[in-house]
Amino acid sequence: MHAFDYQAPTTVADAIQLMAKHNGTARPLAGGTDLIDQMRVGRLTPELLIDVKKLKELNVLSAGPDGLHLGAAVPCYRIYGDETVNSQYTALADSCHIIGGIQIQSRASMGGNLCNSGPAADSTPSMIALDGVCVIAGPDGTREVPVEAFCTGPGQNVLKPGELLVEVRFPPRPAHSGSHYRRMIPRNEMDIAVVGVGASVVLDQGGQNFVSARISLGAVAPTPLFAQAAGDLLAGQSVSDASLDKAAAAAREIVSPITDMRGTREYRIHVTGVLVKRVLQAAVARARGEEIDYRRGH
Amino acid sequence: MSGKRVVTLTVNGDRVEFLCEARQTLLEVLRNNLDLTGTKEGCSNGNCGACTVIMDGRPVVSCLVLAVEAEGSELRTIEGVARGSHLDEVQSAFLEGAALQCGICTPGFIVQTEALLEENPNPTEDDIRFYLAGNLCRCTGYDKIVRAVQAAAEARQVAAN
Amino acid sequence: MATAENPKYKVIGTRPVRHDGADKVTGRAKYGADIKLSGMLYAATLRSPHAHAKIKSIDTSKAEALPGVRAIVTSADLPAQGDRIVELGEGAANMRHLTANVLAREKVLYKGHAIAAVAADNIHIAEEAIKLIEVVYELLPPVMDVRKAMAADAPILNDDIRTASVGSAPAAKDSKPTNIAKHFLFEKGDIAAGFAKADVIVEREFDTAMVHQGYIEPHNATALWNTDGKITVWMSTQGSFSARQQTAELLKVPISSVKVIPTEIGGGFGGKISVYFPPVAALLSKKSGRPVKLVMSRASVFEATGPTPGSHMKVKLGATKDGQLVAGEAWIAFEAGAYTGSPIGPACMCVFACYDLPNGRVEGFDVCVNKPRTNAYRAPGSTHVAFATETLVDEICEKIGMDAADFRIKNAAKEGVRRVDGPVYARIGMVETVEAIKNSDHYKTPLEGKYRGRGIASGFWFNCGLKSSASATVNPDGTVSLLEGSTDIGGSRVGIAMQLAETLGITAEEVIPTVGDTDSAGYCDVTGGSRVTFATGIAAIEAAKDIQRQLVERAAMIWEVDVAQISYRDGGVHGPDGKFLSFKEMAGKLHATGGAVIGRGTSSAATQGGAFGTHCVDVEVDPELGKVQILRYTAAQDCGTAIHPSYVEGQIQGGAVQGIGWALNEEYWYDERGEMRNATYLDYRIPTCYDVPMIDTIIVEVPDPQHPYGVRGVGEVPICPPPAAIANAIYAAVGVRMHDLPMSPPRLSAEILKKK
Repeated sequence: MHAFDYQAPTTVADAIQLMAKHNGTARPLAGGTDLIDQMRVGRLTPELLIDVKKLKELNVLSAGPDGLHLGAAVPCYRIYGDETVNSQYTALADSCHIIGGIQIQSRASMGGNLCNSGPAADSTPSMIALDGVCVIAGPDGTREVPVEAFCTGPGQNVLKPGELLVEVRFPPRPAHSGSHYRRMIPRNEMDIAVVGVGASVVLDQGGQNFVSARISLGAVAPTPLFAQAAGDLLAGQSVSDASLDKAAAAAREIVSPITDMRGTREYRIHVTGVLVKRVLQAAVARARGEEIDYRRGH
Repeated sequence: MSGKRVVTLTVNGDRVEFLCEARQTLLEVLRNNLDLTGTKEGCSNGNCGACTVIMDGRPVVSCLVLAVEAEGSELRTIEGVARGSHLDEVQSAFLEGAALQCGICTPGFIVQTEALLEENPNPTEDDIRFYLAGNLCRCTGYDKIVRAVQAAAEARQVAAN
Repeated sequence: MATAENPKYKVIGTRPVRHDGADKVTGRAKYGADIKLSGMLYAATLRSPHAHAKIKSIDTSKAEALPGVRAIVTSADLPAQGDRIVELGEGAANMRHLTANVLAREKVLYKGHAIAAVAADNIHIAEEAIKLIEVVYELLPPVMDVRKAMAADAPILNDDIRTASVGSAPAAKDSKPTNIAKHFLFEKGDIAAGFAKADVIVEREFDTAMVHQGYIEPHNATALWNTDGKITVWMSTQGSFSARQQTAELLKVPISSVKVIPTEIGGGFGGKISVYFPPVAALLSKKSGRPVKLVMSRASVFEATGPTPGSHMKVKLGATKDGQLVAGEAWIAFEAGAYTGSPIGPACMCVFACYDLPNGRVEGFDVCVNKPRTNAYRAPGSTHVAFATETLVDEICEKIGMDAADFRIKNAAKEGVRRVDGPVYARIGMVETVEAIKNSDHYKTPLEGKYRGRGIASGFWFNCGLKSSASATVNPDGTVSLLEGSTDIGGSRVGIAMQLAETLGITAEEVIPTVGDTDSAGYCDVTGGSRVTFATGIAAIEAAKDIQRQLVERAAMIWEVDVAQISYRDGGVHGPDGKFLSFKEMAGKLHATGGAVIGRGTSSAATQGGAFGTHCVDVEVDPELGKVQILRYTAAQDCGTAIHPSYVEGQIQGGAVQGIGWALNEEYWYDERGEMRNATYLDYRIPTCYDVPMIDTIIVEVPDPQHPYGVRGVGEVPICPPPAAIANAIYAAVGVRMHDLPMSPPRLSAEILKKK
């Protein structure tokens, strides 16, 4: 690995100052499970790593009347170990359970996953589906960006030099809502999504009709996608094969996948439709308080 | 800018100090600086689990941890699994169940199993397979490894009762 | 844990704890990368970013100037080899190719091809120095596909290669350089007459991707070139004597100048026979005057060691409607990689090896492409052809409405049958393995559920004998120190020790086995070909018999009787009038009766009878995603006599799961530039434990008459049946026939959608 410096500031202000001072040559280090590998192979060569795990704001995981605050450095195992996440923000838990193996989950964070900005990131679709908002601190103060607007290309995002992702905030979950994330991988674990789909649905009181839905897609475009039209067309529709098929078809409309070692373009388009339907079905089941038929990784 | 720094931590119960560069991974330092070569390098990108150690109670792949990040932490490696000169239940179960062939993945599997049984003393076969999926073995087909983990869990339950 | 499963024996068939076990579960066992010597330097390798290029120049001056750099080597430091062909134990090697594979000379032939190496004070400095070496390339078009490489206008990799004919293949017509290094042809009977008798003929084309052994431990070597000219190499290798010879030949020094100290080895499966690092580390040591360690990165293990070839095959089988095979024909092209040497020969011999085929014709080609030079991988060549033949057998069974097990039993190869390539089988157990599956609980239990299917398939591997030796020293406390030179990849030490123990009538624990280095142990060929438990086992048995003879002589002295009146049996010497001294008692008298007793044994003449396996698998297919889950798996195999049943089962289970990986997901994925895009464990998807169920094993014991205890090699056969068995199960589940490996979700999904 190339030579670099390491700092572990204890306040966000110090971290931002460091980031700003090393204009563009510093990178925050959370779990490091992507960053360290990218540095090892020479894809990234920062001169300074700023360890953000000692910043308390980035370690927050708390639920309140204004929703869920998820610090950018909170590791996966804490996320799926959290009661509120498990009961209300289940898509986040779904994602965290399948990122890497257990060892990776001890360190990897959703903030890191998001800032790494890979098209196939497993937690970004969940955060989009759950309407997450990125809270970004920088030299000029704090700003907010919806998760779906965060990534701008493979490995690229809206962060400006000196800026740091502090947390992702999720609105409170309405009654009769459910969410799910699932991906297609060739193995059952330790794999990168060939297609990943997240969905969050709100049903009416009877549980038979959609009030609203948010659908998100991974690994089918240069960035994770918010399939807004696909979700919007479900609003007011009954839960049925026909409505789910329509949403699946609409989701397939917006994808632009490539052929690579993980799958062909045709396969990814096909799987997008299959998974959108399955993920919606699971989210609906959860909204109805039912158990879902899903074995992790399968 | 990239001078060496002193890192102080606890390894297998002992306070340890070492000097390292920021670019050295915990795996490299364990093996090269501390001569704890039981922790193995299989891929150096977090995909094989051969370098698994337990850091502050959580299993991690030491190839994806910088040594400087370990400052102040408590580390348990394969060298710290046996109780003095006695193998622990997991080690015995691997040995008696022939759960190793070449043995290169074995330290990682044993350490990961320690973490599993700490978290879930009575795992199902599915729990075991999910928890150990980050550890690759190319020799055994996993059958005897999974059985060894089951046997170790059982032995521990018996010992506890 | 000593449960005798073979009542004929006291030790054989029990399950003692392996002697090297405690070291391996505590992290104490020393593998190649664990070696640390005082003053040791760390080295890194510069590798080609291009798949095919001429090297115009290499400038190392900037790297040399970097502080902390101690030595740099390129191919200019390796002696020129000319056109020497050298016998290297498991086959002859073209030294020009071998040296160019270690460090590229005029050309690079695959991405990752080693070009130079730097030794420095630490690995980070060595890696920085690598980046400072300037190489000027002239790019050449890469050829990545075996059929394109065979075309007349294909880019040529090696200008010294002309097609060599093997078997009854005609001599090559022209003398132009070619990528087709070898052309095999084997014939038996009358192929046209055979097919004329057939009621049903199936003919299909198959493609399989290049795959890797995937051992978890990367290659490594640490070398010290001492001031007296002696070179010591510490390394993980499947054959220390082979590594010694390869290193000596590559450096053009006498083999006695090289000592290879084999460390524990973290898997090999055929991939750790070839030498990559030892001569490089040795030269770096010579230049720097310090010991030098090289450890390969995982990416380089994939890109630049010795995977097994991708293939293109066309296979045709004919049978009568009552299920009699009448003829078979195969055309097989294997990717040799950069240099000649794919296992096309064994593939041609294995393709119909499971059957009594009256009429056959097999043609094979060894073809260079811009991929790493291929090496042995567990039953090299046999898995490819089993995939073809065994799926065709399934198709024939379907067409004639015959049970797949019954068809195999009816047509199985047995003692006296002549294989298409010539040899006649001794006593073998093909029929018994199919019967074992047919009678298994698995096969007898109906499979229920949607999109589920069951498949069976068989496989064959020759198993070889080659040369081994062992020596054994009796200790005064009644134990025996056993020294042998076969590196232990999967528990062979305990298996060999058990055979010595059985012969002497002592326990496995009373034998202390050591794998020696090339200066202390007697010569042993590589740990490969499923030969070690067989051949080094024979050597250990011979050593034990040598000890018996010597103890008989000692007893004759003690009792003052003629040696003819004494015999060794049941763990001791028996003399006249009921005189008896146990082995332990005799051991206690060594010093008083003439000193040390050292037994020696060798094995060189014995060959093995070949081994067969039949597997049964249940799968469930997700028809929308094209993803296959393995629900249940049973493998039956003829193991001759199982010495240590746990490790026999382990070999079968491990081989089966490697075969499952090959079947479903593993493949070298190259882009159009010839770059492997999945050279990580993340994207080269070997099975995790979450991908497979328990693997049930049925050990069939048809003792091999060529071994005193009936041992048959076990390691290789179990990788052969899985791809075909799974393909057959997929057909049963969703009605599509897969002809390409891997049967990955995108491929299977496309076939399912095509069928709709």
